Amino acid sequence: MRIYRKRSGDGEGLRVFLSLLLALALAIVPLPEWATDARPDWLALMVIYWSLALPRKFGIGSAWTAGLALDALTGTLLGQHALGLSLIAFISLKFHLRIRVFPIWQQTMTVFMMLAINQFVLFWVDGLAGAAGMPPTRWLPVVTGTLLWPLIAQLLGAVRSRRRGA
Amino acid sequence: MTTLRDSRSKPLFQRGPTLGMRLFLLAVLSISLMILDHRQGHLDRIRDVLSYAVYPVRAIVDLPFSISTWVGRNFKERSALIEQNERLHQEQLENSARLQRLAALESENKRLRELMQSSARVENRVLVAEIMAVDLDPYRQKIIINKGERDEVFAGQALLDASGIVGQVTRTDPLSAEALLISDASHALPVEVNRNGLRSIAVGTGDISSLSLPFLPNNADIREGDLLVSSGLGGTFPRGYPVATVKTVGRDLGEPFARVMAEPSAALGSIREVLLVFQSAAAQADNAAEQTDEADRR
Repeated sequence: MRIYRKRSGDGEGLRVFLSLLLALALAIVPLPEWATDARPDWLALMVIYWSLALPRKFGIGSAWTAGLALDALTGTLLGQHALGLSLIAFISLKFHLRIRVFPIWQQTMTVFMMLAINQFVLFWVDGLAGAAGMPPTRWLPVVTGTLLWPLIAQLLGAVRSRRRGA
Repeated sequence: MTTLRDSRSKPLFQRGPTLGMRLFLLAVLSISLMILDHRQGHLDRIRDVLSYAVYPVRAIVDLPFSISTWVGRNFKERSALIEQNERLHQEQLENSARLQRLAALESENKRLRELMQSSARVENRVLVAEIMAVDLDPYRQKIIINKGERDEVFAGQALLDASGIVGQVTRTDPLSAEALLISDASHALPVEVNRNGLRSIAVGTGDISSLSLPFLPNNADIREGDLLVSSGLGGTFPRGYPVATVKTVGRDLGEPFARVMAEPSAALGSIREVLLVFQSAAAQADNAAEQTDEADRR
């Protein structure tokens, strides 16, 4: 096992930053018409992952900032995604010790719940702000995001362990 | 669980505000931001700064599409180019023939207007902008264009394409601008029926292929197939550009208003290039003068 080193996390911040940037880019990449409704909330998945994996580095503040960037990028109300993401970051951080040791299917279910909460916040704010049209397809991103979770957890886990060089 | 193992995570001593407190503070901050943002205009400065910050992300996402367009433009087959050239040449001929007639009509129109002592119409200057290939919130109809303050784009400017009105600019950055399409649920634009000058408001429905005209009484003279053109009232949109074609007119005697749906003339879903209109001050004054003229005549 690795011995705790104070400076071990040098590349980590950069990795987190790049993955968030990638998630932001994926959030606005043009998709074919039939797929736009199902576009998973990449940023939410990243936020969940990093809050579980690096709860010391990645706090609610980071989630909030990332959410604000997403708001600015997609032209939603400023603070809308920021609120949703800080909420799920809070849940992940609060229960990270428990969620981390869950078997993968149980973890995926937890992620499903968190994505649903995030989507609910967005949905609710849109409703209050009077944006018209709330089709049931709004919940599709929750489903696609959940399906992607095991993959993302594996992928980011691999990225992280390569860094450790172990 | 293998993927999330190991993190020297658990702090021995908590420093700063607790997790719950932090969430509370950020939630309050988000909510106040949203409230301020919802009441338009309070956060323009912050929005500007943020748009600057996220512009690189947009540019990077757009890059592959720009490159493929560029490559497509630069490495076209010779035969294809020749064919295109011929086709354009032909179109150009047809158009110039039409223009000749138009020139005659325009001078006649001018003469008649002088006879009627109303001011002449002034042409508007336009600027071509490309739509950046980024998807925004799927529940709002917004686009990003690649011209901004540097090209004197301003908020409230009208956007056209070859076949009609597309929308209006809502926010500008130095290098890009955000525009709201006429089909967005929060967009309304003053129109008139080309056939008889009946005025109304075309409201977006959130569906890219339809507009609704909610304020027409049941006995209004409007039919399927009527062309709606912009009326120039309100001053945002130039007068006389096609907006939509009436698709359905539902007259329900129990309702005070007819249910009129129209299909936008511009191909809102598939445009890649738009025209930004600069209405000269003269044209705007002219618009206003014309409205009062007509009002007087009625």
